[in-house]
Amino acid sequence: MAKQIEVSDLDAYYGSHKAIEGITMTIEPRSVTAFIGPSGCGKSTFLRTLNRMHEVIPGARVEGKVRLEDQDLYGPDVDPVSVRRTIGMVFQRPNPFPTMSIFDNVAAGLRLNGRVSRSEIEGVVEESLKGANLWNEVKDRLHKPGAGLSGGQQQRLCIARAIAVRPEVLLMDEPCSALDPISTLAIEDLIAQLKKDYTIVIVTHNMQQAARVSDRTAFFNLAAQGRPGRLIEMDDTSKIFTNPAEKATEDYIAGRFG
Amino acid sequence: MIVQTGIQPISVGRRAKDRIIQMLIFLAFALALIPLVSVLWMVVGNGMQRFDLEFLTHSMRDIGARDVGGGAYHAIVGTLEQVLLASLIAIPIGLLTAIYLVEYGNGGRLARTIGFFVDVMTGVPSVVSGLFVLAFWILVLGMPFSGFAGALALSILMMPVVVRSAEEMLRLVPRELREASYALGVPQWRTIVKVVLPTASTGIVTGVMLAVARVAGETAPLLLTVFFTDSINNDPFQGPQMGLPLYVFDQAGRPTDSAIDRAWTGALTLILIVMLLNLVARLIGWWRSPARRRS
Repeated sequence: MAKQIEVSDLDAYYGSHKAIEGITMTIEPRSVTAFIGPSGCGKSTFLRTLNRMHEVIPGARVEGKVRLEDQDLYGPDVDPVSVRRTIGMVFQRPNPFPTMSIFDNVAAGLRLNGRVSRSEIEGVVEESLKGANLWNEVKDRLHKPGAGLSGGQQQRLCIARAIAVRPEVLLMDEPCSALDPISTLAIEDLIAQLKKDYTIVIVTHNMQQAARVSDRTAFFNLAAQGRPGRLIEMDDTSKIFTNPAEKATEDYIAGRFG
Repeated sequence: MIVQTGIQPISVGRRAKDRIIQMLIFLAFALALIPLVSVLWMVVGNGMQRFDLEFLTHSMRDIGARDVGGGAYHAIVGTLEQVLLASLIAIPIGLLTAIYLVEYGNGGRLARTIGFFVDVMTGVPSVVSGLFVLAFWILVLGMPFSGFAGALALSILMMPVVVRSAEEMLRLVPRELREASYALGVPQWRTIVKVVLPTASTGIVTGVMLAVARVAGETAPLLLTVFFTDSINNDPFQGPQMGLPLYVFDQAGRPTDSAIDRAWTGALTLILIVMLLNLVARLIGWWRSPARRRS
């Protein structure tokens, strides 16, 4: 588990519109990498190119290379489904499957992917819910609908669902932006635990959050409105927040724009 | 005019307007109910007279023009079989078409063409679909009049209704749910079968039931395809059959009071069958829904 991701010279398009341009970076295993930057700079788009979710949108395409250890994710004979199985994702808004119970939600990835024995599923569900710090809250109502939980619980349910398929990497697209401070804290604690086993990439608008949870931070920006987003700089989080190399990064962190 | 600022009570004029509009809407509702209630009233009132065991278990075989008695068993069997066959043809094709349009078509040329022809099919008058089956299936291919020919004509009417209603429901399923499933490494087809369809199932069932109800009451296409009979014919693939709408049409055209009564009861039976089907579908939908487990 937990592998390194290497991105080289990556562009992403929506139809003819170029959303991000020329991104090259390395994401270290067993660490948390945060993406920050103003709205519309392509952080989420870039995140979605890492597990080939970008191309799910009609008209969207990607140019460039993403390597997971020594495998090219955009190689000609790579199955995007297997990429997504290896690189899990948690979305901005909690999105449990409304027709399924809590148990079925966590088991969904396993069940929908093939035959697994009942006892094995039960073990994985319990382990994943414990991993997502949700087990104690839901163990007595596993067969109630997942949609009946609070927002923070739903988001942890989604994290449990994502880690139940045992991905190598976990991508999180602003996982706390729809949550209250208490739930946010719970998710941040969880991220700190999960990084022992996973490579975690998190997009966030909350600079304190990036500073709290991440080991490395990447700052994205766009030259002007309508121009593609670019990676401005990437470094250790402490360096980015205290002594960034670029003026734009400093301005953004100091709250002078964005 | 002086523009007043600050927090104020609702003005008398706005209160009055609110009241008037409320009354108008209530009136419109009541007005719309009149035809519905009066039809039900008439059908139940007139239909109950002959709604007995004989009606439900006997055909019209050997019932003379002036005889009382007789029943609609042959027509009930015919309607059930024809609607079932039509559903078996139209629902799978309609659902698959809707799935293609929403999940795979992406608004491409083929999807738009299909959408256009579905709209055209929606506008086909029911008698034309009957004529088409008569001309193509029976006259050109030389097939006999049968319940199946009637089912073919009904399925032509049913298909576009199923496609459009299922399409609407599938489009209501949020994109995030599909993405959540893809992000777990679930292939698209399994996502559709296990996530999208169950989420939209209640709405799809409602749409399908509306389509069934619509074709169950069709007379014109049956007139041209199942022919006509007073006897029981359980085989929808061989020989003329009867259908309830046809039965009502036939009996209502006869000059005796007992025939008119039979027509009313036939109409009542048809309404009851459609209502029963609806109820069963809803029960199944409720039984499978997560709402039941919540309680």
